[in-house]
Amino acid sequence: MAVAFDEMNIPGGDLRPAYQELARWLKETPPEALEYRRQEAELLFRRIGITFAVYGDSESTERLIPFDVIPRIMSGREWSLLEKGLKQRVRALNMFLRDIYHGRDILRAEIVPDDLIFQNPVFRPEMNGQQVPHDVYVHIAGIDIVRVDAEDFIVLEDNARTPSGVSYMLENREIMMRLFPDLFARHRVAPVERYPDELLSALRSVAPQSASGEPTVALLTPGVYNSAYYEHSFLADKLGIELVEGRDLIVKNNEVFMRTTEGVKRVDVIYRRVDDDYLDPLTFRPDSALGVPGLMSAYAAGNITLANAVGTGIADDKAIYSYMPDIVKFYLGEEPILKNVQTWRCREPKDLAYVLDNLSELVVKEVHGSGGYGMLIGPAATKATIEAFREKLKREPEGFIAQPTLALSTCPTCTASGLAPRHVDLRPFVLTGSKSTTIVPGGLTRVALKEGSLVVNSSQGGGTKDTWILDE
Amino acid sequence: MLSRTAENLYWLARYVERAEYLARTIDATLRVTALPAAYIGQTNEWDSALLTAGVAGSFYQQYEEANERNVVDYLSFSADNPSSIRNCIEAARLNSRSVRTALTSEMWDTINSAWIELQEVWSRGTSTREDLAKFLRFVQETSLRFDGSAYRTMLRNDAYWFSRMGLHLERADNTARILDVKYHVLLPEEEHVGGPLDFYQWTSILRSVSALTAYHWVYRETLKPWLIADLLILNDSLPRSLASCYGNLVRNLDQIGVAYGRQGPAQRHARGIRNRLEHSNMNDIFQHGVHEFIQEFISDNSRLGEIITKQYLI
Repeated sequence: MAVAFDEMNIPGGDLRPAYQELARWLKETPPEALEYRRQEAELLFRRIGITFAVYGDSESTERLIPFDVIPRIMSGREWSLLEKGLKQRVRALNMFLRDIYHGRDILRAEIVPDDLIFQNPVFRPEMNGQQVPHDVYVHIAGIDIVRVDAEDFIVLEDNARTPSGVSYMLENREIMMRLFPDLFARHRVAPVERYPDELLSALRSVAPQSASGEPTVALLTPGVYNSAYYEHSFLADKLGIELVEGRDLIVKNNEVFMRTTEGVKRVDVIYRRVDDDYLDPLTFRPDSALGVPGLMSAYAAGNITLANAVGTGIADDKAIYSYMPDIVKFYLGEEPILKNVQTWRCREPKDLAYVLDNLSELVVKEVHGSGGYGMLIGPAATKATIEAFREKLKREPEGFIAQPTLALSTCPTCTASGLAPRHVDLRPFVLTGSKSTTIVPGGLTRVALKEGSLVVNSSQGGGTKDTWILDE
Repeated sequence: MLSRTAENLYWLARYVERAEYLARTIDATLRVTALPAAYIGQTNEWDSALLTAGVAGSFYQQYEEANERNVVDYLSFSADNPSSIRNCIEAARLNSRSVRTALTSEMWDTINSAWIELQEVWSRGTSTREDLAKFLRFVQETSLRFDGSAYRTMLRNDAYWFSRMGLHLERADNTARILDVKYHVLLPEEEHVGGPLDFYQWTSILRSVSALTAYHWVYRETLKPWLIADLLILNDSLPRSLASCYGNLVRNLDQIGVAYGRQGPAQRHARGIRNRLEHSNMNDIFQHGVHEFIQEFISDNSRLGEIITKQYLI
């Protein structure tokens, strides 16, 4: 594995310009002061109740995501390149989805193989021919970005279903501004606080035609036991919309209503944080208690907008991911600005042979997995784990893809033995409404707190950092 | 607002109020049982505490004897007792989490901090009387803080009124339950023989509804059982009296009725109970039987809870 790109230090001893002021400040600030603020930050998180649940962990149902107080900094120039690339990528994702559920030009052009779509459990035949307002499928996208050098941004994963983490982007900033006013005064950090406003106007802009002039938006949550519940309530609050559960909604004459103390009230747009499978027990899983019976028929009748649309999973599937550069070129006729990680598709015999030969070097992921579960990190795995994985891979090669172990870039991070570099990634949030695509400058930086670790997922011991885009 | 939100706010307030009431009951019982036996007679005060909490039945399925250790444990920390202080705070926090958007940050902070503190007390245990006293004070302070935050920070709209309704309905129930258990020491003037034993019983009743000082201010008299009954049932200047709770319930329901432009069975039922309280005097109540009066009130009050639920919360 190559030496990781250090976002603060240039080999040879110089600092990258974006980090110069931070480095000066760190020199002036005694380690105890940093530790004190770290503890204060933790206390704030706990008091505000910014917690998440880890499934299968009976010990404590609510945990804090560790927060690292050292910000991750990017220059405005870096950001504008990234921003352009993200907008391009999300435009292509939306066009791809529109095509897959309508004309299927891309399949006829044989750019993406048919069976990857039609055999895929996240493909939703219910969406065939279904019109969605303004052809927007992915209203909220979370694109996971990593860096391996100073030039390139690489997409690790597209999240086009119900991406989470934006509350951390917003709360991390609030807490940093409270704890480090002095450090802020010495930088010009682009603000992130308009995210809720942008989200609300994006959601309102895609209301169905049958909606009134002032469309009613609601956020649908699976409920308090969901791992991202805090975020759901946080966003509903910031957007000033009702936080509803399935049992709060009813469908009558193909319209969706919420039960209120004054009778029922029509809902026009649902920002849903419930997976496709659980949305409507009449269409999808009949055992779902989280959904709304009849929701899909109201959707088909065009009386409700779901954000994101149903069936977007087909665009962020890990098997489709490897085709993204071609997808961008096909729809936009442009070279992709953001790169893809080189990906071996285990469904293809040639690729599988290579992967089986090089398991100890590669990261192998389940095509339908998420959250860092069920993957093999070759270089960090024991021989026994690798062999067990090899069997799994042979049994069901189409269920996996493999990628080289990337040397994710590092940022200075507080550790038990002082500041040390730790690997990071970045999830910016891309909003698409009827007229425009917007991204607030920043995103959620996740950091692997264990030395040498490359796993940044919060469910596996990762932490977060505030992400600063300097306004130059 | 969402019916579920209103329901959560209503129950949240009820749980907090109930936790406080349980803390007061334990506190008052500790005081009275600390007296030499000659002062309190043969009654088992811990049994009374269970009765006023309405959990005597379930308690005896688990324990043989109603003594201090068992009852304090059952009312404070037991996971099996659905209305233990611990379960009330757990339920209050769960309700708060589901309606966070309808709470002010001060209210959330109160409940969340109480819950965090409870986890600590729970793991440490309350081995000494001091620990227990501290814990009971903490529960009462949490309720005060919650109530105060709601009063000072909530918008005056349906969210506030539903929350207040929960509080007053629960409070009326609690006061009525004390009266129900202790009615036998609350006798009318002519029948009163006045043993020294009863004095401590009366003090204990007043203490559990924090009305001991209030009594003296209102009546400027030594403790008289018929006046205690008057204070707790009919005197609407005492916040925990049945009359005061119903004054507030009627007002909150009217506010909701005006805001929604519609009245319903809940408004009518609440007014009916309030009117009966307004037009009663202690002589009539004693004549009719305090016990019967209170029993009827308890069932009317819980009926109002059902009507509110049907009209607004589902």
